[in-house]
Amino acid sequence: MSRLVVLPWKKSVEISYKSIRARFFRSLVTTITLVLAVSFLAFSQITIDIADQILATGDSGHCQTLIQCGYDIRPGDTSLAASPKQRWIVVLSLLVCVVGIINAQLMSVTERFREIGTMKCLGALDSFIVRIFVMEAAMQGFAGSLTGALLGGITAFLATLIRFGSDIFTFLPWQAILSSTSLSVVTGLGLSLLGVLYPAIMAARMQPVEAMRVEQ
Amino acid sequence: MKKNIVRVTDVTKDFDLGKIVVKVLKGINLEIETGKYISIMGPSGSGKSTLFNMIGGLDKPTAGKVFIDEVDIAQLDAYELAWLRCRKIGYIFQTFNLIPVMTALENVTLPMIFAGTPGEAATERGMGLLKKVGLTGRHGHKPSELSGGQQQRVAVARALANSPAIILADEPTGNLDLTTGAEIIDLLKEMSEERGVTVISATHDFKMLNVSDQVIWIRDGQVEKIQERDELEINTGGMSS
Repeated sequence: MSRLVVLPWKKSVEISYKSIRARFFRSLVTTITLVLAVSFLAFSQITIDIADQILATGDSGHCQTLIQCGYDIRPGDTSLAASPKQRWIVVLSLLVCVVGIINAQLMSVTERFREIGTMKCLGALDSFIVRIFVMEAAMQGFAGSLTGALLGGITAFLATLIRFGSDIFTFLPWQAILSSTSLSVVTGLGLSLLGVLYPAIMAARMQPVEAMRVEQ
Repeated sequence: MKKNIVRVTDVTKDFDLGKIVVKVLKGINLEIETGKYISIMGPSGSGKSTLFNMIGGLDKPTAGKVFIDEVDIAQLDAYELAWLRCRKIGYIFQTFNLIPVMTALENVTLPMIFAGTPGEAATERGMGLLKKVGLTGRHGHKPSELSGGQQQRVAVARALANSPAIILADEPTGNLDLTTGAEIIDLLKEMSEERGVTVISATHDFKMLNVSDQVIWIRDGQVEKIQERDELEINTGGMSS
């Protein structure tokens, strides 16, 4: 008989999902951090995608509006890039988001010390604990990033609609928008996983004897 | 023939607190026979919990050896220790420690899942165990929907999940009232007799003495005395009635 303990994937997904549901508001707060950061990322990317397309039409009226919106367009430019300042703001917002996630996940680990210790007494390996936390982060990350990307995309669309009128329907760069949306979702998911890494390892290293402690 | 499930030889345990080293266990020798109901008694600070954690494979001694089923636990790697905790030992805690997000049944089947029991077999066995501890019909309840005594019953069922050789109970009645505590003690005794499982409990509870086959008294990091059942009845007969 093999002396190995196991945790099937289906079961770990189930445990993670239940943990999120049981601490719904806590999870929601973590997720909202991600929604905000990712929607900002998606908004900046998609706005540039649309503006690029507008520039490509060569319509002088629209180009004038772009300049009024603050884009530096020199004659002969074919694409617009985010200014370094804009990029920095996006990067900073993502950084703040990761720090927020680490903070929330550390709280969640502390709150579940006894639960983790008990699981270890029942035979859970370190890797099971890491897996449960990573799964939770992946679920939150996916849901939060998707919501954020959609929110950012819709905002970008509405903002350009107000500035350029219904003309934009004729030249919406669907492919670029789709790739920016997916990129934002992937980035958000990555951030969520990055944020849970340290808390999950900390949880896994916990000694099972902690479960025995009465005071807490 | 007598068979020892736990053997502790010359175990010492020091805790290094930086400036001072606290010697908690000062050379403990013990042999615990299979199928017995053992109580470890002693005042707080006596090293009772430390000894208890050693027997449970939760802590390693500074010197000396702890054998569980003739296996030296210091020689085991992380995987083997996890397997030992999963299959050989069932833990019962003072604070029940059920997983709050899981139902009673899921709590009972969790160790079976770790042990690789297929879902349906685990459910069936889990339902059987819940029935055994007197919780028929409560399998879908979360720990928060159960009373303290009922939670501890779920914990007893969970401890029995993989038919362990040893049940380790750390002050199992510490958070329960007198009657409920007595019920849990009876349940543990019943399980011990019926399944031949060795029950080792650390306790302050004198009710526990009446059902114990052996009581190990710990004082100041050493075994003060070991009393067998027949000696006990003389001493505690007056108290129990």
